[in-house]
Order: sequence, then C-alpha cells, then structure tokens
Amino acid sequence: MDMALEVAVAAIKIFIVVNVVQLVVAYMIYVERKVIAHAQLRLGPMRVGWHGLLQPIADGLKLFLKEDIVPDKADRIVFVLAPVMVLVPALVVYAVLPFSATFYITQINIGLFFVLAISSLGVFGVVMAGWASNSKYSLLGALRSAAQMLSYEIFLGFSVIGPLMLAGSLNLQEIVHAQRDVWFVFYQPVAFIVFFVAALAETNRAPFDLPEAETELVAGFHTEYSGMKFAFFFLAEYASMMVISTIGIVLFFGGWEGPDFIPLPGFVWYCLKLGAFMFVFIWLRATLPRYRYDQLMRVGWKFMFPLVMLNIFLTGFLKYLFL
Amino acid sequence: MDAMEVVGAFFRDYEVINPYIPIFLITLMAAALAASILIFALIIRPNNPDPEKNSPYECGMPPLMEAHERFSIRFYLLGILFLLFDVEALFLFPWAVRYDALGLFGFIEMMLFIAILLVGYFYAWRKGALEWA
Repeated sequence: MDMALEVAVAAIKIFIVVNVVQLVVAYMIYVERKVIAHAQLRLGPMRVGWHGLLQPIADGLKLFLKEDIVPDKADRIVFVLAPVMVLVPALVVYAVLPFSATFYITQINIGLFFVLAISSLGVFGVVMAGWASNSKYSLLGALRSAAQMLSYEIFLGFSVIGPLMLAGSLNLQEIVHAQRDVWFVFYQPVAFIVFFVAALAETNRAPFDLPEAETELVAGFHTEYSGMKFAFFFLAEYASMMVISTIGIVLFFGGWEGPDFIPLPGFVWYCLKLGAFMFVFIWLRATLPRYRYDQLMRVGWKFMFPLVMLNIFLTGFLKYLFL
Repeated sequence: MDAMEVVGAFFRDYEVINPYIPIFLITLMAAALAASILIFALIIRPNNPDPEKNSPYECGMPPLMEAHERFSIRFYLLGILFLLFDVEALFLFPWAVRYDALGLFGFIEMMLFIAILLVGYFYAWRKGALEWA
C-alpha cells in the first residue's frame, strides 16, 4: 500500500512539474520578447490581452493549427523522432532538481552527474534533426551545434569539479546544504565564469547562438521544422536554459537557501534566483553581438580549458592547505 | 490512510520505493506527453502537401544536390578530442567527491593524471587540431 502511495505521489509531482515547466517556458518566451523589445525601445507584444499577456496562449494555439511540413527527401522516422529526442531529456532532468527543502521529484546520490549526463543527450536529437532534414542548412547547423555543445560540455564538466570538491557530494540537496554559510561563488569565481560561459554555449544562447544564426544558416538544424515539432525544439531550449540556471544556482548561489536575515520560503528564493539568471540570459542576448565560429572554439579550447584546469589545481592545493 | 498521510508523503523522501523509480516514471510521462501532443496536432492541423512546399529549403532556388555531402574533417577531430577529455572529466568526478578522504596522495595522483593529459592537449594544440580558421 505504501508503495502504491509513493508511486502515486511521484506521478502527481511529475505531472505538476512537467506542466508548470511548460507554462513557465511559454511565459519566458513572452518575457524575453518584452525585455528585448524594451531594450530596443520598442513595446513588444501588446495586442493579445493586457500588455500582450495572453500572447503565449495565442502562439501555442497557432503552432497547434499550423501545417506540419515533412520534406519529401527527409528521413521520415528520424525526422519525427528528433524533436522528441530533444524534448524528453530536457524534461527528464527535472526529476532530480531541488526546488525547495521539501519539494523535489526525487533525490539520488549522483544527482549532478545525472543532470550532466541526461542533458547532454539533447545533442543526439540535434544531429538527428539536421541529418534527417536533408537540407544543407540543417546539416551545417547541426554539425556546428554538435561541435559547440560537445566542446563546451567538457568545460561545463570541468567547471563543476571545483564546487564538488568543496561540497563533497553529488547529491544536489547536499550541495545546497553545504553552502549554508558561504555561497560557493565566493570560493570559486573562476569556476563560475567558466560555468556560465559554457552554460550559454550549451543552450545555444546569444552570444553563442551560432547553430541558429538566423542571418547565415536560416535557423540551423530546425530550418525544415514547422508546427508542433518546431515548438518542441523551442520548449526544449528554454527548458534546458532553466535546468542549467538551476544547476548554476545550486552549485554557486546556495540553491533555494537565502540569507537568514530575510525570512522568505525556500521556493521563493529559488524563483527569485532563477528569475535573475533568466534575466541575465535575455539581457546578454539584447546586448552582445554573435561570436564567430573560430573565435568560439578558440575561447573554449585555448583559454577556458587551461583556466579551468588551473582552477582545479588551485582548489585542490588550497583546500589541502587550509581546510 | 488519511489526507495528512498523503500530504506527508508529498514533502519527504521516498521510504519504500527506489529513488530511481520516479526517474523512470518521468521518462515515460515526458515521452507520452510528446507523443500525445504530436498526435493531437496531427488530428487538428491542415495538411495540403505540395511538391514546391515539400522541397528542402534553399532560399527559393530548386535544391541542387543531396544535402548529405562531405563536411570538414575538423568535426571528427573534435569528436576524438571530446572523447579524450570527457573521459578525463569522468575520472575527476569521483575524485572530487572523495577529495577529503584521499588527502595528499589523491591530490598528487590526480595532478599527475591531469599533467599526462595536458601533454596530449599541448600536442593537439601544436599539431593545429584546435585551429578553426
């Protein structure tokens, strides 16, 4: 009986989280359009609802009703599977994220490792999409995207080693508890910078949005996609932005825990920090121009890689001396 | 079973089931969600195929060749580099988690390991594997 109860509770939690994630993603696209519009002294969406607040619903409806074109030359099965292959890992990762002290779907002792492993599965979907479309833009975009995601995944993996050494656990909840006194961003500023840049590149966000480069690759790997399949790529991109922000919050900014002198519930702290992270993501897109591909690779392999190695060495050395 | 018990189960760790079972559940539910959205869209959307519409996008021109052509060798090279350094990261994870227990021995041991890999890294750099111009 207890077993049935716990499975039911897990299913309810998953249902809540998956649906809330979709709703938040829809509204994040709205917020992004609004913020960028105001950064450019425009108004952004204004027509649907008060200040365009119902715009995400109208957009969703439009995508549902849109004709879904599968190119004649495309590999039909892979073409349909690719967006699913991108979306499912992006949602599965939410299973281990801690949203507050008591609310999470599940906690496992390899939490962080699980997040990195599953979220990197998305690159398969991207390559599948680019290959199956049988369009030159898609193939080039997918290759670029795969190369970029693979490269920066390495730096992402290395940058979390520093905080891990301080926390001594891969369980995300325990990493949060380890920062009760001092956030790890103060101990690990270099790791945080590398992590943040790698996070931008991993999620294909500006200034590293080369795979989607509208002006040269016509949206890259999802050039041939339309309707709901296109929406899946969008959903997955924003869902993984939220995942990577949550990981950044957990590793460097104390997760759902806030300073003691401001008594707010853990979940509110989490939402505030997530909002701040998302705002920075959007802000960077409004401010920075796109990188060139060789610059992107050079920054990654020739600057960030030695930097993050040095960080691991220094963390180990100083921790051995002082802690 | 009263309501308090259910609410209690909502805000604590699972005591009976394996913590990996919810992960299995969310995989199923996410896949089911994706499938149901696609099927629902399939039912309500219009479908007017047209040879022009279904041709691959090539800025309005008729597509010239198959898109599956040769591409730069650098992508393969990058794949090899990724394999090498991601396996290195894999070894670093358990080391970082158990860092305190391993002490000085673990620190020197891992620095030797990283140093050996750095030799490979600088070799790749010298050979131009990291150039993308």
